[in-house]
Amino acid sequence: MNRMIARVWDSDFCFSFRRSPVALVSALLLLLVVAGAVFSPWLAPHDPSDLASLSVMDSFRPPAFIGGADSGWAWPLGTDDQGRDLLSAIMYGTRISLAVGALAIAFALAVGIATGLVAGYVGGVVDSLLMRIADIQLTFPAILIALLVDGVVRAALPRDVHDRAQVYVLVFAIGIARWPQFARTVRGSTLVERGREYVMAARVIGLPSWRIMLSHILPNVLGPVLVIATLNLGLAILDEATLSFLGVGLPPTQPSLGTLIRIGNDFLFSGEWWITVFPGATLAVLVLSINLLGDWLRDALNPRLR
Amino acid sequence: MFAFIISRLLQAIPVLLVVGFIAYAMFAFVGDPVTIMLGQDTTEAQRAALVHQLGLDQPFLVQYAHFMWAALHGQFGISYRLARPVSDLIFERLPATVELSLTAAVLALLVGVPMGVYTAIRRDGLLARAFMIFSLVGVSLPTFLIGILLILVFAVLLGWLPSFGRGEVVRFSHWSTGFLTISGWRSLVLPAITLGLFQMTLIMRLVRAEMLEVLRSDYIKFARARGLPERAINFGHALKNTLVPVITIVGLQIGGLLAFSIVTETVFQWPGIGLLLVQSIGVADIPVMSAYLLLVALLFVGINLIVDLLYYAVDPRLRVDRRALTGTR
Repeated sequence: MNRMIARVWDSDFCFSFRRSPVALVSALLLLLVVAGAVFSPWLAPHDPSDLASLSVMDSFRPPAFIGGADSGWAWPLGTDDQGRDLLSAIMYGTRISLAVGALAIAFALAVGIATGLVAGYVGGVVDSLLMRIADIQLTFPAILIALLVDGVVRAALPRDVHDRAQVYVLVFAIGIARWPQFARTVRGSTLVERGREYVMAARVIGLPSWRIMLSHILPNVLGPVLVIATLNLGLAILDEATLSFLGVGLPPTQPSLGTLIRIGNDFLFSGEWWITVFPGATLAVLVLSINLLGDWLRDALNPRLR
Repeated sequence: MFAFIISRLLQAIPVLLVVGFIAYAMFAFVGDPVTIMLGQDTTEAQRAALVHQLGLDQPFLVQYAHFMWAALHGQFGISYRLARPVSDLIFERLPATVELSLTAAVLALLVGVPMGVYTAIRRDGLLARAFMIFSLVGVSLPTFLIGILLILVFAVLLGWLPSFGRGEVVRFSHWSTGFLTISGWRSLVLPAITLGLFQMTLIMRLVRAEMLEVLRSDYIKFARARGLPERAINFGHALKNTLVPVITIVGLQIGGLLAFSIVTETVFQWPGIGLLLVQSIGVADIPVMSAYLLLVALLFVGINLIVDLLYYAVDPRLRVDRRALTGTR
């Protein structure tokens, strides 16, 4: 066991990680934000979804470090318009933002890998049709597609169903908007792998196509696509925040970071800046550290770029 | 050249037809226009009459053809929310979006290119490093957050600039412009910076990367050996050769500008088509959404065509594979 840890520690990968201060700092920040989000039910000072604990008397308290009669360390970062503790709301909100972003990327990965594998392995008309669709979609910015998909689903579902399924609607909209990139990468590497000897060998022994695609080609094309997935995770979180900010994402009863910023935006002019600024800063730190780590990962796994 | 244009145009047609089909499918299957347009107590006969009048009793493909034909003539039906023709709503708001996007694009170019050149020449300088960090922030901060922070600092704390609307506009027959009044310009500053910042950092990074590449090449060394002044080398030789990919990306990013103007317009309550779209999505106003989709598809196809042609004109070597360069966000 110890030897395995030592081997991992001494590997090129970990070496370049230890030597990169940017990677270290962003990993630390990311860990902090993610831990705060994942363990929010145990770490957060209040439960923002517990309506009984809310009191209008507590609304608009400024952050504790500013001081003043209203503030107090029970609400370290102050409270919002409904008297919710902002720190707790941010922790729970980050949890939702992370979940939506990760699920959306997982969905996009599943769709993209499936299409990419089929297009690359089968080739011919199927290939040109699938890639043509991906090309058309890539012409449009992802956020626009996500916005329109969200809008259509919103119109198609009855209101009460929609309110309950909002998280999944968002996951679907953001995932659909981001699949073509994965599909193109997987297709590219599949085309290369298809000609290799081991694939021919698998064909010769008569394995069905789906077996060859899933258990022979897939493991060999997964690397590059996972790097793109890291970089896209940050973007997917931003997509969710943007949609929630535009008012077509998560409702104030179930606030993500974007929803909190949207709520705070209404109180910018009356001086309650903290309701916007703290969720905004959390979002910025989260996305920036994911992007920096993704960049580092890309360079570390591809020595040619050094 | 001529054959190239024709083939490009022919490739654009299926794209538009597919997008039109999606737009129509939205129109046809999402929500029921008859129920929305009729009141509570109507007879079955009235209902059937309206269905016939709207052509809803015809086969799907016939309806689709009708829809596209009407769209070709600029008719997209009536907005459910505002009860006015969608084409009127869009053309009213189009000038605001066009002016905002253009200003943002010009701003991004005028600031982004010099910053990129500077960071490439003084690679390890303090200011260059500061620019690089700034660009990282520009890429990572979401557009709406940049807008909110700008409002907080320049409108709320300092009170220098307005935070919403277009200010006073001057009307010509079909166009309203904010370029001719002081309040129009003042209102434009913050939205344009917000919208342009991402493109600015993108252009800066692109110019920097291309410059670093070019500065290593033989003809630059040769120019140095000839004893040309640094200025002539950097701007006359190096920058010129970096501009080809920059033109392409900027052209393709105009589409991105239009998309992100949705966010910027919402933050600043800028009365453009992006704000119209967001308000329409909130209440499921399908005619406006499908019209917007078609309009944007047309714009994007047009922009891609122009970029292709520019490319063809500027550098024949790069005719074939351009798509790989496309930046996505």
